[in-house]
Amino acid sequence: MRDRDEEWSAWMRAGLAGDGAAYARLLHELTPFLRGLARSGLSRAGRSVAEAEDIVQDVLIAIHTKRTSWIPSQPLVPWLRAILKHKLIDALRRRGSSGHVDIDEFAEAIPAPSNEPEIATRDVVKLADSLPAGQKAVIRSMFVDGNDTRETAAALSMSEGAVRVALHRGLAGLAKMLRGSV
Amino acid sequence: MKTEDLIAGLARDAKAAGPSLHGRLMIAAAAAATVAFALMMLSIGTRPDLASAMGTVLFGQKLLLVATLAVAALALLRAAARPEADLPKSVLVLPALIFLFGVGHEVATQPAAVFGARLVGNNSALCLVAIPLLATAPLAIFLAALRRGAPQSAMQAGALAGFAAGTIAAFFYGLHCADDSPFFVVTWYTIGVALMSAAGALLGRRMLAW
Repeated sequence: MRDRDEEWSAWMRAGLAGDGAAYARLLHELTPFLRGLARSGLSRAGRSVAEAEDIVQDVLIAIHTKRTSWIPSQPLVPWLRAILKHKLIDALRRRGSSGHVDIDEFAEAIPAPSNEPEIATRDVVKLADSLPAGQKAVIRSMFVDGNDTRETAAALSMSEGAVRVALHRGLAGLAKMLRGSV
Repeated sequence: MKTEDLIAGLARDAKAAGPSLHGRLMIAAAAAATVAFALMMLSIGTRPDLASAMGTVLFGQKLLLVATLAVAALALLRAAARPEADLPKSVLVLPALIFLFGVGHEVATQPAAVFGARLVGNNSALCLVAIPLLATAPLAIFLAALRRGAPQSAMQAGALAGFAAGTIAAFFYGLHCADDSPFFVVTWYTIGVALMSAAGALLGRRMLAW
């Protein structure tokens, strides 16, 4: 547990410094952990675990757009848990749950990683269709065509800075839609 | 979309993430103080007897009270901007002690008959207008910096942004205002700062939800 946290923290630090490979490895490895927490939180609240993947994807976007709020000298897992808890409570409230979430119990849960199919009920790329044209083009280029920010900038005749601004806004818009839809 | 595809897309944006949230908030605090100071100097200016007031206990405790409150507000805001949001409430102890000292000093040096007059003072109307006006740009600066934040409660983070902006504005307003009695400060400064906190809470709830 402790070793894993240290490894994840190291990858996150590398990711913050611009190491895409370490960052991809981190997101890949922590996804089963997030999925397990989301499923256990949903089932504790008496909700269907089928919605877990929407929360996982929302959390991944939040990890990315809010990553500078993590303090690199501190362990990563408490920050991850806090982000997941925030998104889970938000999702439960939006779905008109009684609002009863046993947070302390949830925070102590150590769920087993799950191997369920990892497809969200809502498709992020389809949701992107309702974004402004520039943001939609950037999201499509990076999430469907597999371009990085530089290739996207070249393909769309934009500056790389403009691509990152459009991506950031697009992700924020997607997160909002993901929350509204679930 | 599969989660793996989302991860791959996010990782393609892994270029250096820029300053930390804490760094952004400290830059915002410096900018907010600069703007509030400049606005104060360009509009109402410092009090004419600033040099002699500097030596008095009452003026000193007033500025110290507001300055320690501004530092406390920043510490609380920094914590509230993060998802773990464990607020370091102990930072409020020092301002509270300074306030109690001020009240004790006032009670010891002034006859009870003038307490009411000292509470009302001469500048209450200006105080109520000046603190929110000086605090408006600082609040905007803090809210902008907080957009990269992940506050546990958007409303709480917004309220603390307003509290920080209000106390910074109150500090520079305090260089103008000649009413140094803690009775005046606790009444009128509090109203001005509370207005900013309420405005920050309302704006934060809309702008900082994530």
